[in-house]
Amino acid sequence: MNAQAPAIRDPRLNSPEPFTPRDGGFFQRDHTIHPPAYAPGYKSSVLRSPRQALLSLESSVSEITGPVFGHNDLGPLDNDLIRNYAKDGDPVGERIIVHGRVLDETGRGVPNTLVEFWQANAGGRYRHRKDTYLAPIDPNFGGCGRTLTDDTGYYYFRTVKPGPYPWRNFVNSWRPAHIHFSVFGSGFAQRLITQMYFEGDPLIPVCPILTTIPDKDALERLVAPLDLNASTPFDSLAYRFDIVLRGQRSTYFENRPEGN
Amino acid sequence: MPQPLNYLQETASQTAGPYVHIGLIPAMAGFDIFEKNFSNVLVTPNTQGERITLEGKVLDGSGSLLRDVLIEIWQANAAGRYNHPADRSAGALDEDFRGWARGGSDFESGLVTFETIKPGAIIDKAGRKCAPHVNVWIVARGINIGLNTRLYFSDEEAANAADPVLNLVEPPVRRKTLIAVRGERAGKAVYSFTINLQGPDETVFFDV
Repeated sequence: MNAQAPAIRDPRLNSPEPFTPRDGGFFQRDHTIHPPAYAPGYKSSVLRSPRQALLSLESSVSEITGPVFGHNDLGPLDNDLIRNYAKDGDPVGERIIVHGRVLDETGRGVPNTLVEFWQANAGGRYRHRKDTYLAPIDPNFGGCGRTLTDDTGYYYFRTVKPGPYPWRNFVNSWRPAHIHFSVFGSGFAQRLITQMYFEGDPLIPVCPILTTIPDKDALERLVAPLDLNASTPFDSLAYRFDIVLRGQRSTYFENRPEGN
Repeated sequence: MPQPLNYLQETASQTAGPYVHIGLIPAMAGFDIFEKNFSNVLVTPNTQGERITLEGKVLDGSGSLLRDVLIEIWQANAAGRYNHPADRSAGALDEDFRGWARGGSDFESGLVTFETIKPGAIIDKAGRKCAPHVNVWIVARGINIGLNTRLYFSDEEAANAADPVLNLVEPPVRRKTLIAVRGERAGKAVYSFTINLQGPDETVFFDV
């Protein structure tokens, strides 16, 4: 009998890890729905846009991880812009509730994630040392807040509707009324800043910043509809704004304990 | 017709604008509103690791300073472990280190600083050792979607030479745009960096 050749086994066959299709990586970002870095109609982008191709990286542990926030990071009035800077009364303006869910592209809610928001006051003036627009500062309005989504990804806050304002781009450029949003997600590669607009605002189709978005549907998804069902009778109207972060090949973070 | 996939699409990015400080660093906008504030300091007295300062600036295509930029950083602790449940590597967690902070550029000098610790080397999914680095995210007026880049450390030459991400950067002459240069001030290590948004020394930005 011939001697048997020694068995050669592929070392990968001894892996103790059970198979899972979920490696925690993010879905590739679809850049066709985002504004390009260089968008000359928004003049500030001309000198501030990279010209080299971005280097594509597979999601590594540096991208699928990100900061974890908890209720200890926040104060009790942080999601109430009507009260969180009130000095001697309520701020001037239309009282509104803004609410919605933070989801990922698979449709799952993103729980316990930090959502921050900031805006001009009802006259279109920001409480900022660099804003010199002639509309007055409201002594009872700061214009910023933040909250954590709940276990289903839901968030809400109360504020006054911001006003439109002029800015230096073309000589007669005006921003539609908008609220800035900052969202984290579970991994640093999901980090997103965007702006929410209001249904029916005639400045939307002529805004040089909003129209940097090449995709009509993507642009319209930044417009929050009036949500009468969520309004408070004799108190506040409501607008609904859902935010979608990049999808992830993982369900690992569902029900993960909130950090603090 | 096959079954529909029914994925949602990511919400489009919009610029953070010139008044980003109101929402994210209200003290820089010029007022005090929250009881608790995020800052550019990542360390507490109990954090493990070598104390370092990261000090940088961002330049536009004319070589001018951005004085209204906001930078966030995310990094592993001194043992190379991220404070997040998806990092299941062996390094010890440090409960006194979240690993994240944000800073705005000074309205005069344009400098952005972070007080942190030098991160340890990281082991990636494939078991490869990655050079110590800090993940960087940049937003400002005129930046339509946040820019992702990394900072590596000038005194980690051997680790940098073997780093799988640095080695992806072509041509290799661009790798230096990702290296923060070590110096010293008052006995403390200061790593300096410059981010060029355009030009011959344009920083390498990542599609992560």
